[in-house]
Amino acid sequence: MSTLTTTLGRIGGVNLLPFAVAAVAFLLIGAPSSWVTLTIAGLAMGMMLFLMASGLSLVFGLMDVLNFGHSAFVSFGAFVSATVLAGLGGWLAADSWALNALALAAAYLAAISFGLVAGWFFETVIIRPVYRDHLRQILITIGAMIVAEQTILAFWGGTPFSVGRPHFLEGSWIIGDVSIEIYRAFAFALGAAVFVMLYLVLNRTRIGLLIRAGVENREMVEALGFRVDRLFIGVFMLGSALAALGGAMWAGYETLITPHLGSELMIVVFIVVIIGGLGSIEGTLLGAILVGLMANYVGFLAPKLALASNMILMVAILLWRPNGLRPAVK
Amino acid sequence: MSLLSVQDMKTDIGQYAVLHGVSFEVPEGGVFVLLGRNGAGKTTTLRSIMGLWTPSPGSVVFNGQDITRMHTADIARKGIAYVPENMGIFGTLTVDENLILATESGRFDKARLARIHELFPALERFRDKQAWSLSGGQKQMLSVARAIIEPRALILIDEPTKGLAPSIVGAMAEAFREIAQTTTILLVEQNFNFARSLGRDMAVIDDGRVVHAGSMEAFAADTALQDKHLGLSA
Amino acid sequence: MSNKSTTGALAIKGIVALIGALLLFAPFLFQDVRSLEVAARICIFIVLVASFDLLIGYTGIVSFAHTMFFGFGAYGAAILLKEMGPGWTPVILGGLAGVAVSLVFAVAIGLLSLRVKAIFFAMITLAAASVVLVLASQLSQFTGGEDGITYRAPDLFKPATKIFTDADGKVLSLWGVKFNGKLAAYYFVFACSLVLFLLMLRFVASPLGTVLKAIRENEARAEAIGYKVVAYRTFIFCLSATIASLAGTVYAVWLKYTGPDTSLSFAIMIDILLMVVIGGMGTMWGAVIGAVLMVVAQYYLRDLMGVASEALTGVPLLPELLAPDRWLFWLGLIFILLVYFFPKGIAGTAMEKGARA
Repeated sequence: MSTLTTTLGRIGGVNLLPFAVAAVAFLLIGAPSSWVTLTIAGLAMGMMLFLMASGLSLVFGLMDVLNFGHSAFVSFGAFVSATVLAGLGGWLAADSWALNALALAAAYLAAISFGLVAGWFFETVIIRPVYRDHLRQILITIGAMIVAEQTILAFWGGTPFSVGRPHFLEGSWIIGDVSIEIYRAFAFALGAAVFVMLYLVLNRTRIGLLIRAGVENREMVEALGFRVDRLFIGVFMLGSALAALGGAMWAGYETLITPHLGSELMIVVFIVVIIGGLGSIEGTLLGAILVGLMANYVGFLAPKLALASNMILMVAILLWRPNGLRPAVK
Repeated sequence: MSLLSVQDMKTDIGQYAVLHGVSFEVPEGGVFVLLGRNGAGKTTTLRSIMGLWTPSPGSVVFNGQDITRMHTADIARKGIAYVPENMGIFGTLTVDENLILATESGRFDKARLARIHELFPALERFRDKQAWSLSGGQKQMLSVARAIIEPRALILIDEPTKGLAPSIVGAMAEAFREIAQTTTILLVEQNFNFARSLGRDMAVIDDGRVVHAGSMEAFAADTALQDKHLGLSA
Repeated sequence: MSNKSTTGALAIKGIVALIGALLLFAPFLFQDVRSLEVAARICIFIVLVASFDLLIGYTGIVSFAHTMFFGFGAYGAAILLKEMGPGWTPVILGGLAGVAVSLVFAVAIGLLSLRVKAIFFAMITLAAASVVLVLASQLSQFTGGEDGITYRAPDLFKPATKIFTDADGKVLSLWGVKFNGKLAAYYFVFACSLVLFLLMLRFVASPLGTVLKAIRENEARAEAIGYKVVAYRTFIFCLSATIASLAGTVYAVWLKYTGPDTSLSFAIMIDILLMVVIGGMGTMWGAVIGAVLMVVAQYYLRDLMGVASEALTGVPLLPELLAPDRWLFWLGLIFILLVYFFPKGIAGTAMEKGARA
């Protein structure tokens, strides 16, 4: 048993879990073409969930702050980008690849900028006064989430809002009898690119070094002469911007969004960070991919169990590892 | 003028008053030792100086400047380094990353690094190892090295010999003597022999107050005084 | 508690007593259907919020699964009343089933998350509650899905039932209030709520309540003294879940309808949170004040906002924000400000005033 554990550990340990899940699903599904489609859908969903969850996880790791209002950034990102896309409807409809792409880029940039500003506001006004007080933190961020959701309802109304998609992301690639939705491949690629960038920033730059050290022991980083609270604003803003980008991508994926999108995704995002372990982006990615794959496989095999499957996954993993799969070392 | 002057420092942790008015003066140069029983308030004193607890009332004056209510990071920038009891090593970072993090510029000063490697050769040998894999003594060396990678005026060191093998304690004493030639050390120590071999001045804290202060030489010679303040630990 | 003797504490207790009296005589004082509806809802929510206060106020941990337990109790009674027809057996069996399911969930969640980090607990309860909510709307053959379940209450509570009759065999009335099944149903709700609330008051004053307070004040110290913090917390979580579940059963009997919106929805969870914070955590009295204020506001403030919104037509954005549906926006703002400036809520803040040491 122990030799098996060490062998597994050497070739990747918990990182193998998504592959194991995919392999089991392959056997259960039977049809390779459906399996490929579902796997790609799961990976795409996982990447978007990663974007939404990474900020939450890092913010918790660095300052022990858990933001229950995090989903507001996702909702706002979705609605801001959808509004920009609606405003640039002309570009989106134009028969030009470049104009299409420009409209999408503008929408994403708007969502990211909104996330940065809203994150700054949220951190300084809402969170700062309640550092180190978990009870009030939960209550205040819940209050902020209510206000944010109501604001969206006041601005955009309660009816579903349709989201434009650039022409070049519509449709599917057909390879043999496998069909791959282009938007899913795009979402996966963009998410993966963001992950790589985040990974490089965290592991190859001085700021990243400070963040990693701060997650492990904030006090010591301060005792070495660095203002972790100032670093934290930056991380918080970045996390909010990523959540907004995730929301914007999710909006294009769903094509029809409601103001409750954020609170619905919030549950999934929480499950992702709990599974992955708080404080590390590798853990968050692992959790996100697992949840994305499970949601799609189970959605195909037993549709009614789709949401419950995530819950079961979470319970199973917590029983095995109470702190999640790859938590940051504390 | 003393380098560090602590006046009537009172610190509460939660609802519990831990320090009831600690006052002492650390002169420039050499090793100043804080002695006292477990739970007397030595660690809290160091943390309060470092701004990790906020004393109220009371004042901490360093180099003629009031640092009482400054942010920990700003206190560090004034030239105080802190080596906590648990060493505060970043386990997921490599030895070199731990050190480079402590530099202000993000680059090593070659001469200082060479001096550190001379003091603690293990840190050169294991420079690319993740710090959690080091032995307890090596971690302690790394923690001290991190405190002197930048020129500092004062280093607060909390129980560096706790749990270390006797041979390493000797090496540590050597290193402290060397460091103390250029930097003042405020040392909290339970190991009286270690403290006596290094200290020039000393103070005893008991129940959140300074109950004795003076030269180490006089204290070491007076066994009655030692019995009174340290019980049988001497 | 030292603040027992403050004038503020006396005032709060006076107000609570007054509320109790108003609720006791509600059918006679406010003789319309809607007011009785409001009064019954207040009774139920006082119990629900007080049981939540046991958890948040006396142990400092936040659960988002309180409506889940409320829902278990409500659905337990509802499903059995639907299947077995009106009667007391389905009410009692349903109530017990609700408590049993609640206990299983509470123990599982408590043991799974309370030993790790209190903050995990908030996230896990939120996840569990939302999964149950989705399941309730998906398993429509049992739960009626989004539409919920309509059923009949025990015969005693039928509006046509005559509790007392006069010489002519007609239903007796006093000051214009008929002694019919509706009245009986209200007093059923009132009595159940009163008993549950008094039980909680008794519990808080017991030695166990003192231990809980010690844990809340300083977890590490309580652990050091030798209290098993996880065990205590799991116990209190179970207790609070049981009471919430019973409140759900009573409410299901009163409403004769159970659906996601009346028992399980996240909106109710938010209401409970708002009530406990506005009223004041950790006092029990706060639950009464918070529940009364919020329920009354829910029923009457929205009318007022509708008027204000119409009056401001033409002003940008304000009419939208003042629309009756947006009342949560304002509550959310008030909530944030309260947590900042009066974290002890109305009762907690008032009870510190006028201290007579």
